[in-house]
Amino acid sequence: MIVLFAIFLLTLLVISAIAIVRVKNLFVAVMLMGIFSLLMASTFFILDAADVALTEAAIGAGVSTIILLSALALTGEHERFATANRWLPLLVVTITTTTIIYATFDKPRLGDPEAPVHQHVAPWYLQNTPELIDIPNVVTAVLASFRGYDTLGEVFVVLTACIGVLFVLGARPEDAPKPAKQQGLRHHLIPKVVGRLLVPFIVLFGLYVQFHGDFGPGGGFQAGAIIATGIMLYAVLEGETAALKAVPSSLLMAMVAGGAILYGGVGVAAILLGGNFLDYSVLSSNPVDGQHLGILLVELGVGITVCGALLSIFHAFAAREHK
Amino acid sequence: MSMMIDIVSWILLLSGGAFVFIGGIGALRMPNFYTRVHAASLTDSMGTILILAGIMLQAGWSLALIKLLAILVFLLLTCPTASYALANAALLSGLKPDAKTLSPDDKGRPTP
Repeated sequence: MIVLFAIFLLTLLVISAIAIVRVKNLFVAVMLMGIFSLLMASTFFILDAADVALTEAAIGAGVSTIILLSALALTGEHERFATANRWLPLLVVTITTTTIIYATFDKPRLGDPEAPVHQHVAPWYLQNTPELIDIPNVVTAVLASFRGYDTLGEVFVVLTACIGVLFVLGARPEDAPKPAKQQGLRHHLIPKVVGRLLVPFIVLFGLYVQFHGDFGPGGGFQAGAIIATGIMLYAVLEGETAALKAVPSSLLMAMVAGGAILYGGVGVAAILLGGNFLDYSVLSSNPVDGQHLGILLVELGVGITVCGALLSIFHAFAAREHK
Repeated sequence: MSMMIDIVSWILLLSGGAFVFIGGIGALRMPNFYTRVHAASLTDSMGTILILAGIMLQAGWSLALIKLLAILVFLLLTCPTASYALANAALLSGLKPDAKTLSPDDKGRPTP
């Protein structure tokens, strides 16, 4: 039965992918990309990857749709006709596709317990997580503790990407937006009332995902994106000025850098307490408690950075509209 | 008792499915934009209520029930708002809800 669902979702996925490529109206393309991400999230969920599904739903279907829409507000709605040579891209795509299809011939069957990926370090993680870290969600244990270096790298990728985007858009915190009139949905009562009602619950749900990440699907990346969408909704409803008053640009900058520093700081604190970098066991007298504390702090760092980065990019797009 | 609950929840799920199906047909077949939105909003409201009520009966007294209730409240708030926003945006961009208009063309203008 579940295979049937998976095939259905994958078929829809292919259809929407082709539609995204074919469609000329960019607004329609953005909407289709949101649908694509939602289908992708459902597929991940069917494959039992709840954490990835939550990330895809929050970032792919939620935040990136909003950011692409605010980019569309600066450009046109219609795709410019490509005059360049079409044969080279076609050749590249054909070669890549053939290589990938060839590579799948050696791929183990889906869910095969004998697959190499299940024979390498995964059994060790599954076996040792209850004893060493003692949290139910192994994904969080791997992400924040066993593979803490990788996640530290990801946080700095987010930080660097945010800095890069802000440089490209050329928005400085000082160019705060101007006239408070004409902003927000002042004259649309129903969306405004319902939206106002929802914003606190969205932020609350984000905090739940943040701090419940040890026990269920969730964690810093998802929570940061969810809280950012809540504040973006507030910005859409009440206008940029009100949103920037609630969460000022200087605070956003501090969040982007501070989250990464918090993550790195936990690692340095571990060194100062006599352990290795990002070895949380020394943070408390009991190694397992130390792991809990360390995971909580680094996840918090991830969440703060992701939330700050997404909001800064959103505000940078919005600030350009007024120029 | 559990037999009764199963029967009732199946009736709810199937009628919810029927509403979603009718909404889908309506969104494809209705003559103009506003009637299409109207048909699609069937899916949002009645389909959602019936299907979630059916799943709730299956879930029984558990944490899942509370979560489903929260989802139901969320969808009942957001889906009609989305339908309203869609129709309102169409009205503001100049699409007249006129009985004579047929389906809008690609640019959103009503075709005669």
